[in-house]
Amino acid sequence: MKQNENIKSRRLFYNKVILFLSTLSAIVGLLFLIWILITLFLKGIDSINLSLFTKDLVDGGLRNLIFGQFIMAFLATLIGVPLGMIAGIYLREYGNGVYANIIRDLSDIMMSAPSIVIGTFVFILFVAPFGSINGWAGAIALAIMLIPIVVSTTDNMLSLVPKELREAGIALGASKHKVILDIVLRTVKIGLTTGILLAFARIIGETAPLLFTSGTNSFWTTDLNNAFPSLTVSIYNLANFPTDKARNLAWAASFILIVIVLLINLTGRFIIQKRRNK
Amino acid sequence: MKLAMDIKKFCFTYNGAESPSLKNINLPIEQNKVTALIGPSGCGKSTLLRSLNRIHDLYPGNKYEGKIKLFDKNGENPINILELKKENELIDLRIKVGMIFQKPTPFPMSIFDNVVYGLRLMGIKNKDELAQRVEKSLKGSALWNEVKDRLNKSAMGLSGGQQQRLCIARAIAVEPEVLLLDEPTSALDPISTGAIEELVSELKKDMTIAIVTHNMQQASRISDYTAFMYLGNLIEFDKTETIFLNPKEKQTEDYITGRFG
Amino acid sequence: MLNKEFLFKKVAFSSATLILLILTSIFVMLFIYAKPAINEYGLNFLTDASWNKSVVIHNSTQNTLQAQQNKIDDDENDGSLFSDDNSILDEESDDISKNEDNIITKTIFGGYIPIVGTILSSLIAMVFAIPIALGIAVFLSEIAPDFLIKPVGIAIELLAAIPSIIYGMWGLFYFAPILQNIFGGSQMSLLTAGLVLGIMVIPFMAAITRDAMNTTPDVLKESAYALGATKFEVVKDVIFPYAKVGIIGSIILSLGRALGETMAVAFLIGSVFKIPHHLTDPTISIPIVLANNFGEATKDMMGAIFYLTFILFIFSFLVIGIAKFYFLRGRR
Repeated sequence: MKQNENIKSRRLFYNKVILFLSTLSAIVGLLFLIWILITLFLKGIDSINLSLFTKDLVDGGLRNLIFGQFIMAFLATLIGVPLGMIAGIYLREYGNGVYANIIRDLSDIMMSAPSIVIGTFVFILFVAPFGSINGWAGAIALAIMLIPIVVSTTDNMLSLVPKELREAGIALGASKHKVILDIVLRTVKIGLTTGILLAFARIIGETAPLLFTSGTNSFWTTDLNNAFPSLTVSIYNLANFPTDKARNLAWAASFILIVIVLLINLTGRFIIQKRRNK
Repeated sequence: MKLAMDIKKFCFTYNGAESPSLKNINLPIEQNKVTALIGPSGCGKSTLLRSLNRIHDLYPGNKYEGKIKLFDKNGENPINILELKKENELIDLRIKVGMIFQKPTPFPMSIFDNVVYGLRLMGIKNKDELAQRVEKSLKGSALWNEVKDRLNKSAMGLSGGQQQRLCIARAIAVEPEVLLLDEPTSALDPISTGAIEELVSELKKDMTIAIVTHNMQQASRISDYTAFMYLGNLIEFDKTETIFLNPKEKQTEDYITGRFG
Repeated sequence: MLNKEFLFKKVAFSSATLILLILTSIFVMLFIYAKPAINEYGLNFLTDASWNKSVVIHNSTQNTLQAQQNKIDDDENDGSLFSDDNSILDEESDDISKNEDNIITKTIFGGYIPIVGTILSSLIAMVFAIPIALGIAVFLSEIAPDFLIKPVGIAIELLAAIPSIIYGMWGLFYFAPILQNIFGGSQMSLLTAGLVLGIMVIPFMAAITRDAMNTTPDVLKESAYALGATKFEVVKDVIFPYAKVGIIGSIILSLGRALGETMAVAFLIGSVFKIPHHLTDPTISIPIVLANNFGEATKDMMGAIFYLTFILFIFSFLVIGIAKFYFLRGRR
């Protein structure tokens, strides 16, 4: 009996240790989050003032950078979402067999591929031949990052639709594309929207793909044919400047960036919650 | 006796399967009567039912042999539906032969839009006509009183039994000649089940019904003819009374009395 | 109606094919642009630690005006990626110069240091991240009381959503000085970069691992508990083996991501072309070479940079591919 008691207390000890360590990890993880957010908040709030939103970088504000980042992200969404969704529809609804699986796997791999490599690729195709960095190239680089996410989201959402729903549509005499458009897509409308929102939040925070495609621009401009203002690339540049003013601006910009990203994220989650509570 | 459909020497093999799931089925389906398909799991009854509107075509690679004839309202001019190839021919088939599934499948739209879905596909746009047919179909599926004040509300808010009756309304809106029911009450509570069984008896006045059920009592309650299947073969087919009270085959008797399945 | 269906199917097929084309073009274009450097350096590139080093390649007694003219032309063309008469694909190097004593030197590049920097910083990130991420996953899936699961889960997902440049900023101004206090050495070093990279990777790994762990059927866990197993034993003997494939896959996938990370590392690794002898020495990684030099590089350096880009792409692709293969194996 004593033997068993010893073994049991040893097992309980290990258990306690592991549970403690595991909880510690969660705390450490949360700690970093809170640390980063507080840092951002404190440094950012310090430098936040209205002029950031009314002046451009050349005058010490961030207006043109925020605008430029949004524009390129929107363009990327305009290009990437239809392409990605329709491809996702093909993979789930029409494709079966090797070809579709290859595309699906390659797209998944691209989701985790280095973003700076994408930037290099877009540079080769859309910057070098034209002789200058430009906003279009930045948007395209972001689009290439967005597409695999949209493909995967669409593919996964569609797989959640039970096959009986499709069969019911066919049984009424609908052709396949009608079933997809009228019934299947409508069923996953909310999940898809959230997925796209989250993807948008992801690309709007990207820096590396923009570094040598659109660069950044200190002036207000709507000309996508040249260097185009980018919030993230400017943060990178400003942080390396030796002056305090530049660094404070970098912090303010980081703060605004994270507020944007977190807001979009929370909106997406809120939408899912609302759906779940219905 | 007029036939709505006639199945002759029908064999069916699933894509990639080594042997057929249905072997040499010969089964007449009489107009304006309810024909039930019963048998233990895996006997092929659903496979057979789903062949009658060629819904298997959604999953390529299956093989058919034999004939399945579809007659017109007068019991004449049969077409072999297995020979239909073009998409619009299949669409016509599915308008004539409708289907209800085991799991209620309301579309993510309003009740009204659900019921008129098939009609809109056929090209009917006139609002008055649509409204008329919606009322007729919902009355025909005993759902009208419960939903008449909320036709614009989403169909997803209905209970299981109501959703299934909605699917029936949707299917009968296009005025099919044959209605296929694939275990329509398995997922429903006893009261909804009873309501739908009553419906079936009403519906057969206007159309022909074929129903798959694993509930023998249900088959004996509502069907005129019963086909007993086992392992892909049609073991016995006869008037329901005969099957249940005086079966000719021993296998049938064993199944009826619960010795297996 | 028949036409619409046909059209729709064709459009869908084309979109999917277009995506395939984009992906293959990335590979093809990178290869084409890396080819000159590949031809010039071959596989030695992987082990050569020189960067922008002048080496003597030829000793000649001839003294030609042409040589001097070449040098002048070269200086004019230096750094321009867009000049019409100097295609990047042009195999001739403009870094060959002949000085007056007719010793011909050439600038050569080797990828050893950035490759090592990439691998080391990612490994440090993994060593740091794996225990913490797994701990978080275990916490979320087995330990946390119900009211905590959602908030902590959301917190982790928000961490994953933070843009990498913000990790870089925070690392540069806040984390690096603290590390220097603890470990000495430089603020911008392999260690700093590796740790911040690790912090960045934790939420990603934790989320995937947690999802993998949650696929363990409850009945399996309950059977173990019913036999008197402790939580730790259930995790160790039931959940981890069951979710093994997903867990390993998530680790490999996180490694794949860490390899290609730029912004979290750019401020922190030091950007120095030296092999680090201590963890706290500055060094460089492939994405940082790209980020720092893309705009102002000479043609030969660009060649080396494209070669590095190609190597990074292939390597990440392989690692991520292996992770994917792992996940697929689990699915079967």
